[in-house]
Amino acid sequence: MAENVTPRVRVPSSASAGETVTIKTLISHQMESGQRKDDAGNTIPRSIINRFVAAFNGETVIDVTMEPAISTNPYFEFQAKIPESGTMSFTWYDDDGSVYEESKEITVG
Amino acid sequence: GLGAFAATFVLPKFAFAATEDAIAEFTGGAATGQGDLTLTAPEIAENGNTVPIEIDAPGAEAVLILAAGNPNPDVATFHFGPLAGSHVASTRIRLAGTQDVVAVAKMSDGSFVEARQEVKVTIGGCGG
Amino acid sequence: GQWARLAAQQSLTQEDLIGGPGSGTVSLVHITDIHAQTQPIYFREPEINLGVGAVNGKPPHITGDAFRSAFGIEAGSARDYALTHDDFVSLAKAYGRMGGLDRIATVVKAIKGDRPEALVLDGGDTWQGSLPALRTQGADMVRLFNALGTDAMTAHWEFTLGSERVRDIVEGELDPAFLGANIFDAEWDEPAFEPMQMFERGGHQIAVIGQAFPYMPIANPGWMFPELSFGIRQERMAEVVQSARDQGAAAVVLLSHNGFDVDRKLAADIPGIDVILTGHTHDAIPEPVMVGKTALIASGSHGKFVSRVDLDLDGSGVKGIEHRLIPIFSDVIAPDPEMAALVEETRAPFAEEMSEVLGETSSLLYRRGNFNGTWDDLICNALISEREADIALSPGFRWGASLIPGQQITREDVFNVTAMSYPEAYRTEMTGEFLHTVMEDVADNLFNPDPYYQQGGDMVRVGGLGYRIDISKPQGARISEMTLLRTGAPIDPATSYVVAGWASVNEGTEGPPIWEVVESHIRRLGTVSLEPNDSVDVVTG
Ligand SMILES: [Mn+2]
Ligand SMILES: [Mn+2]
Repeated sequence: MAENVTPRVRVPSSASAGETVTIKTLISHQMESGQRKDDAGNTIPRSIINRFVAAFNGETVIDVTMEPAISTNPYFEFQAKIPESGTMSFTWYDDDGSVYEESKEITVG
Repeated sequence: GLGAFAATFVLPKFAFAATEDAIAEFTGGAATGQGDLTLTAPEIAENGNTVPIEIDAPGAEAVLILAAGNPNPDVATFHFGPLAGSHVASTRIRLAGTQDVVAVAKMSDGSFVEARQEVKVTIGGCGG
Repeated sequence: GQWARLAAQQSLTQEDLIGGPGSGTVSLVHITDIHAQTQPIYFREPEINLGVGAVNGKPPHITGDAFRSAFGIEAGSARDYALTHDDFVSLAKAYGRMGGLDRIATVVKAIKGDRPEALVLDGGDTWQGSLPALRTQGADMVRLFNALGTDAMTAHWEFTLGSERVRDIVEGELDPAFLGANIFDAEWDEPAFEPMQMFERGGHQIAVIGQAFPYMPIANPGWMFPELSFGIRQERMAEVVQSARDQGAAAVVLLSHNGFDVDRKLAADIPGIDVILTGHTHDAIPEPVMVGKTALIASGSHGKFVSRVDLDLDGSGVKGIEHRLIPIFSDVIAPDPEMAALVEETRAPFAEEMSEVLGETSSLLYRRGNFNGTWDDLICNALISEREADIALSPGFRWGASLIPGQQITREDVFNVTAMSYPEAYRTEMTGEFLHTVMEDVADNLFNPDPYYQQGGDMVRVGGLGYRIDISKPQGARISEMTLLRTGAPIDPATSYVVAGWASVNEGTEGPPIWEVVESHIRRLGTVSLEPNDSVDVVTG
């Protein structure tokens, strides 16, 4: 498992029914491309987050497949439609099989 | 000041065959046209390792992003779900030198739309 | 203006230079790119200032005769001396030094006497460029520009003090609003500074939007402000202009450090800006350049000029614009005693160190133009001899005061062309191929036909190296016939050369500060005398 992987998200805590909200996510991750060499000249193996999914109450907002050309500490900004109160969930999938999750409640009032 | 003197820094213009192949794989060989797809990227990257890009593709189901001058052009594919509030999304990508960033959108009617933006990755210079 | 018709210094008066009461209802005072020059100085304008593509032959890309005929300037006149390069030495002797913050204060006070609510706007590059500014990390200039009554500023070199220092100044020491619509936090992509300030003047709302230098992390060391991102951000600018209108702005003023060609394109692409006060490229243009309904004002650099812009406003917006480019002839405009005393106070701790004479010059020393100036040649020669290099590289900075033949060279003079926060004079090896790549890269930053792909600044200055440049070619094909001057041999792509330079944007660059290298070279020479430099063959076809 990659070390010190910390997801951070910016999500509004409330919205009106049917409102479109802006969401930002960052996850600290080296995103080792598989093209760099170490000091001994050996290729450092690829180790990246290869997929990111955001969903609200289980329905997909955005689903991104990622290649090594995504920068260190992958960042995404996108918009979600919020029909009712519920949970915005975020999932990152690592090459090494690790899955990182984060979620935020949004209240429609 | 001039930068990156210590680093080996190349500005490659690779053959674009790999990019064309990747587009063909995404479109199943269908031709791409111009249409409702906007790709926004800086004219000059502040840092080739983290170049912000934004796509805006109102009628798209999925958008493929390629870096036409990278050794491997693949970057990412965005799929928009039923609760996408818009078909606008941003991320940050690595560019190995001055090149075109390419976006190809698969529209809901099955057609494909392409947009390109040149991003200059510079060693750095000094000014006034 | 009136001063255009005055032929000789003795007939110039302060009143002529400043002019009478203005028109309209609201006045703007613009100063930019003073580069911490508080003292009257000589500053020779460029001989070569090439424009590419659509701006070829348009101001500011005209010099000498073309400049004089474009603006009706008589050869040998005061305006000629202030705005062009030719016959500089004899005109400098006739008309004297220009600038001086105490004289600028006199002009600002005179304008405020006529128009008490005039807005004083500083385009940036204010806190860098002198020994006292370097030693006080800009504190001297902050204090002086506070005293000048500055209302707003934007920035470029300010950030080379480090973003932490900028934050401290903005939060603790600075009176004017510090504006940058294009400065964002690099992590979350959110605005990092205020984009705009609304001023109520003469019953009208005047929106002043700031735009910092867009290419900060490329042209200057990004590691000094790692948490910030800049860029032109045209969409953001369009939003800020719209929000200014929505908040009831009768006039929208952009205080910009984009550089002139970028601003010209921005004005065409974003309607609704009434005035762009341009900066960064150091151009002085005696009349506004109109792009549609937007007036572009270019107020020069180094304290040589102050622009006064009078806006005629009514409920529906700007009805008319009048502009005066006021030249600060230091022998004609009386120093303001209060500012003079304050300037003296900021210089006092360094006065002895600055006044030390290192040598003298029998050549005109200047640095402004697309290619090497004589100051650059002197710096490159110093790098080659003091650091035992084949080739020297010196950045294409547009700042640095000129010295005329017969002047002594003091330590202050050397700092005026070198003072900055990453001065290490490195020594390294580069292959011929890499040198070519570097030259092509910098050339494209200057001569790309699309201004948004330019960074401002000038071509990297070279010593020990000759080359031919065809500015009309694309990147990769502009530079040819690179020659090692020492041997006359062509530069070999595979051979490594010892290269000395300074102002690298890389963190951890090692070497003595450039001012020590130059000082030691000048002391060795005693008298600086430079041959004309014909090592760069420029093709403009
Ligand atoms: Mn400047
Ligand atoms: Mn500048």
